Amino acid sequence: MAADAAGGIIAVPESLGARVRMVVRRLRRLPLVPVSILMVLVVCGITAPWISPGDPVNGELSDRVLPPFWEGAKYLPKTVVEEKAIGQGYRQVEIGSSDFEEAVAVEEARAIEEGRPVREIGLGDQLLIKTRDGGSTKFFLGTDQLGRDILSRLFHGARISLIVAAITLGVGGTIGSFMGLLSGYYGGWVDELIMRLVDIVLSIPILLVTLVLVASLGASFELIVGVLSLLLWPLFARVTRGEVLQLKNMDYVALARVSGAGSLRIMVFHLFPGIFNTLIVIATLNVGVVILVEASLSFLGAGVPPPTPAWGSMVADGRDHLADAWWIATMPGLAIALTVISLNLFGDWLRDTLDPRLRQLN
Amino acid sequence: MQRFLVRRFFITILTLLAVSAIIFALARAAGDPRTLLLSRQADVADWDALGEKLGLDKSYIHQYGIFVRDLVQGDFGDSIAERRPVIDVVGERIRPTIELGLAALLWSTVVGVPLGILGAVRRDGIFDRIGKVIALIGQSAPNFWIGIMLIFFFAVRLEWLPPSGREGPQSIVLPAITLGWWFVAVNMRLIRSAMLDVLDSEYIKLARAKGASERSIIWKHSLKNALIPALTFAGISLGSLAAGAVTIEIVFAWPGLGRLAVDSMIRSDYPVLQAVVIIFTLIFVMSALLVDILYAYIDPRIRYA
Repeated sequence: MAADAAGGIIAVPESLGARVRMVVRRLRRLPLVPVSILMVLVVCGITAPWISPGDPVNGELSDRVLPPFWEGAKYLPKTVVEEKAIGQGYRQVEIGSSDFEEAVAVEEARAIEEGRPVREIGLGDQLLIKTRDGGSTKFFLGTDQLGRDILSRLFHGARISLIVAAITLGVGGTIGSFMGLLSGYYGGWVDELIMRLVDIVLSIPILLVTLVLVASLGASFELIVGVLSLLLWPLFARVTRGEVLQLKNMDYVALARVSGAGSLRIMVFHLFPGIFNTLIVIATLNVGVVILVEASLSFLGAGVPPPTPAWGSMVADGRDHLADAWWIATMPGLAIALTVISLNLFGDWLRDTLDPRLRQLN
Repeated sequence: MQRFLVRRFFITILTLLAVSAIIFALARAAGDPRTLLLSRQADVADWDALGEKLGLDKSYIHQYGIFVRDLVQGDFGDSIAERRPVIDVVGERIRPTIELGLAALLWSTVVGVPLGILGAVRRDGIFDRIGKVIALIGQSAPNFWIGIMLIFFFAVRLEWLPPSGREGPQSIVLPAITLGWWFVAVNMRLIRSAMLDVLDSEYIKLARAKGASERSIIWKHSLKNALIPALTFAGISLGSLAAGAVTIEIVFAWPGLGRLAVDSMIRSDYPVLQAVVIIFTLIFVMSALLVDILYAYIDPRIRYA
């Protein structure tokens, strides 16, 4: 038995079953919930124009401030304070005759349902006035103050966030890693110059400088992308430089040089592949940061200009309607928080899998 | 040490110059800067006087020199929206922002430090878990949304605290909690990991061996050493605190510098906006400089790096 077990242990890496089991074990550690959330997000963002149940930009004013589908209609008891003959002898309540008609109808329906006689409504009677319609599945998560479907706006907002994140990480990541390569590879005054530039950019209050940019140039998509790229490149430059400093003294780089490779070739074909995993991890961990800063800017009115739906400006819309419509601010905020939590958990997993040394950087 | 300080000081100056150059360039990029800097009611005399003052007939380098000189002298011009000197408009807003910042720092220390200690002493205990939830929310939910949710629960539903404004001491509670939230999370994590390190060290083992009580080990021997990273962090966070104040002041209608900046952006009050940004940049770079000096003082390895 013991010999069998020992033989089994040695044989394990060879057998197909064991390999499958190892892959399964790896995958099992994959953070399933965050990854599924992110996949739903990406799919919704890409297909937003086709899967949105409503119009994200133009709403019907008659649909405004409708609650999510699970919320019922809301009634408030009001007292009949004034008797007034209007039209066919109806009386007026505190808030207008049309409400009164509806309230009487509701009261009559309730009386019939409860099996008591329908009574004549007079002064001092309490009536239930409908202050808000109930939700319906037509507007799954309700509508905002302009009658726009919130779910559709969330889908389109995801699209904007994803596009902004993709472009800024592309631009900032490329510039940053290139600067980092130059800085680490050449050293000397190039290194000094680039690293001081990094120091300076990192100590600029980006959020406030963006406000100045918006005040003088106006808010635009390009501006946001530019500002966020500016924010990101120093992070990539620092990490890349550190990695290059370690790699460039390795034998294979010296061999490449001996065999006649030029500086550019060494940087692009020999050093860059070596730091690629690290860059992927840094990028993933910073998608959340990009989404948060973009949301803050659009919350302040300095982001992608309206009517384009962005999550941050949706939260800002809801700020003034907290008392009567909690869902307008809550839904987009939840979307941001869920997205960023998922991104952070996924990024942590990716870091541990691809490049555990980066753990120290946090 | 001296070389490090000189270099650090140099960076600080360069950062200030960079930000002022951005602001200067933006004002000039918009065409005649007077269209940004003067109100519509300004007459020809104002127009010519400002042109003279800014040196618009001279080279850009010369104009930038005048711009920096005015900044250094605290001459920011007149507010377009309020028609009085910028320095007065800005001056009134400094106090509320400082109050808010201090309150946030206080709450993040009062809550963050004990949670960090308890988390380290009893790993995976109830306080460790509470701390982890606070940290998770603080790192992933946007601060303005946390603020709005707090308003919803504590002001709209429960009616315990005012939803916005700056009247009475209770009005600072919600904005300070919101602004300090992220710092509670970071403070806690720093203290927790520093405490774990210290509790594992040789001299704590010695203290235990010689029979010191658990209480004195935690409060006397460990905490003192674990506080160093938290104190340095408090310095670093001044800058981020100032940046966070912008959104929080908007959420709570807090009449501070951050709200002034956003209002000025919306009202196109460029003179006020540039003054606020310069002040924030000063806070940013000064706190960074302070921390670096502090670090170099505490940790000799940095001085000679």
